[in-house]
Amino acid sequence: MGWQKQILRVDLTKGTAEAEPLNMEWANAYIGERGLASKYLMENMDPKTDPLAPENVLIFATGPLTGTIASTSGRYAVVTKGALTNAIACSNSGGKFGAELKFAGYDMIVIHGKAAEPCYLRIEDDVVEIVPAGDLWGKTVWETEAALKSKHQNPLMKVASIGLAGETGVKYACVVNDLHRAAGRSGVGTVMGSKNLKAIAVHGTKGVTVDDPDTFMKVVKESNAALAASEGTEGLAADGTNAMIDMMQEWGGLPTRNFQEVQFDGVGNINAAAMKRTNANGHTNLITNKACFGCTIACGRIAHIDENHFTIVNRPKYKHASGGLEYETAYALGPVVGCNDIDALTFAGYMTNEHGMDPISFGVTLAAAMELFEMGVITTEDTDGVELNFGNNEALAVMAEKTGKGEGFGKVLGLGSKRMCEKYGHPELFMGVKGQEFAGYDSRALQGMGLGYATSNRGACHLKHDAFGVDMEDISGNGKAQPVKDSQDFVSMVDSTGTCLFTTGVWGAGDFASMLDAACEGDWTEERLLESGERTWTLERQFNLAAGLTAADDSLPKRLLEDPTPSGSAKGKVSELGKMMPEYYEARGWTTDGVPSNETLSRLKL
Amino acid sequence: MQKSLLITPDLCTSCLQCEMACSFEHEGVFNPAKSRIKVFEFEHGRRAVPYTCTQCAEAWCMNACPVEAITKSAATGAMEVNDSVCVGCKVCTIACPFGTVNYNKDSGKVLKCDLCGGDPKCAEVCPTNAITYVDASWTGYDRMRQWAASTDNQPGA
Repeated sequence: MGWQKQILRVDLTKGTAEAEPLNMEWANAYIGERGLASKYLMENMDPKTDPLAPENVLIFATGPLTGTIASTSGRYAVVTKGALTNAIACSNSGGKFGAELKFAGYDMIVIHGKAAEPCYLRIEDDVVEIVPAGDLWGKTVWETEAALKSKHQNPLMKVASIGLAGETGVKYACVVNDLHRAAGRSGVGTVMGSKNLKAIAVHGTKGVTVDDPDTFMKVVKESNAALAASEGTEGLAADGTNAMIDMMQEWGGLPTRNFQEVQFDGVGNINAAAMKRTNANGHTNLITNKACFGCTIACGRIAHIDENHFTIVNRPKYKHASGGLEYETAYALGPVVGCNDIDALTFAGYMTNEHGMDPISFGVTLAAAMELFEMGVITTEDTDGVELNFGNNEALAVMAEKTGKGEGFGKVLGLGSKRMCEKYGHPELFMGVKGQEFAGYDSRALQGMGLGYATSNRGACHLKHDAFGVDMEDISGNGKAQPVKDSQDFVSMVDSTGTCLFTTGVWGAGDFASMLDAACEGDWTEERLLESGERTWTLERQFNLAAGLTAADDSLPKRLLEDPTPSGSAKGKVSELGKMMPEYYEARGWTTDGVPSNETLSRLKL
Repeated sequence: MQKSLLITPDLCTSCLQCEMACSFEHEGVFNPAKSRIKVFEFEHGRRAVPYTCTQCAEAWCMNACPVEAITKSAATGAMEVNDSVCVGCKVCTIACPFGTVNYNKDSGKVLKCDLCGGDPKCAEVCPTNAITYVDASWTGYDRMRQWAASTDNQPGA
């Protein structure tokens, strides 16, 4: 158990939705969520398929721990071929939607085809229907959730939907659930929009059982208590992930003004302390912290915007509380675009949630547009009259809304940085990998992070490996390949269980093994889990190679390889990717061209 | 000593571990739909409020039950439903002014908090102490102390 052993297969072209048994052979090899969905994706589509074609497959997947009392067990992943990257996409999310899908009796939903007209999927236990969504098309994420709960008279329904960004084809549209949690990256919401699928509304009453309940409760109580007692948990609850912005500022790894700098003078206006500070109007940005399903940590921020602020002074509908700044939103709507007005950042964050787009990709694309503007490559004639200089907080707010709604210059920003920079003849200004924009860590100041970005199967990502510890110990690229490889395998495994990466400051592979062993049939050891993680990583690589990507795509922008950092602990350094990459391929058992060798494939039973 | 659940909504993060512990204790399954305690969220999560039965001394549910399926536990003071007597008529769900007695379509009986026989699992697993199990006579003690402290506004000697 742990798994519901049942999936829902939906064909939007044919208008069918049918339950079928979960392939337990695959579940035993890939655990669940990220790994298992990657296997289903590989087996159900040609990786060469255009991501926006009906033949692309869109999978919503939970893990065996999703919906149990193991801490952070609310997670699900959206796996598909990414609209932004043309590579395999795996974006996971918290909130409560994932657990609810599991309670309805399904480990995953595998969606094929494209509906002729906008529709949504309604799931209430065994009752599954594809419903016309003409009246929902054009509605925001927030309006859609309210409308579905009201229409079905079910306030307990959980909703994952796309906003206008997903409808209008913003390349980095996301799937938003529970109002402000998102499967954010790589354009998984764009794929959902291309299928004319507006939302999935689910309510489940079946619950989740585990194989050995007594052992499971014993193990989980210990694991959850360890998590509750840790300093990291205390810090995340108090300051959220935005505590990181001060660390990166001090280290000199905080990408600023499209990676031209690595430290930002406005940090004190947008950091965790600023969120708690009361301004001259008596307004405090942060209201409280909030947990996702089952989570002991509760790092989520609930914030609100000063009602006197220019962004909402005449728009009372935005006076309510909602999801506030986390580190990546603070970075991508702050330093990288040079902006420092906490209310403008919070408003832009609201826009990305309400309209359903990835704030990281949006911010880094806007940063490149600002650089193009300051170079004179684009002018106010291109930007709807907006002065697009770095640090223009009004421009940030205006462009977040325009991009979310697919209006004016927002249409161009919606292309993502790579396509936009190519359009204007400056591909070198794109800051990302495989078409996906960087998160808030500079590859010159964190060498392992740079290698992790370059080799991430879904394009630049800070969450698919964890070399943070070794990067802070050693500023050079020496000895980074093995820890990057090992942490990629570990993270692949954690992402496949249905829990959150933020547990891993406390939980190691042994803790996950104990929980899975009690939750699922069979023997789940640390070794088996880590091997499964490596298998998933390698399978994702195989998908990308079959899609046409090559070792040349494991690269970093010239700026990071050639322009030394101007300040901070890594002052004068560039990324040592050229040295790390061969070591990495060797550590993985791949050829010098980045192709898994036959020995590696057979060792991993691939 | 009779004890009560004390709920402090300001501390609740809406993690729902209480709902899972409750359903697991009573049904052997992690299933918020079968939980006797529910957490409600308001305004995009600005507030989260756990809510369950307060175990009224003169319980509407008990008085309304036509078959005397609801009785008061001498040990805990909880109003408990005897499933073998309950006929699923749902009159108690109408009688309860707070809505904390609810019908379970799968069993044909009603669900309500029974304080887990004196060891409530919701309080045990709550990671933030938003739910505690305290002396029923002194559920207001901490709040009294807080208000009392706020009168201490004299400058120190």
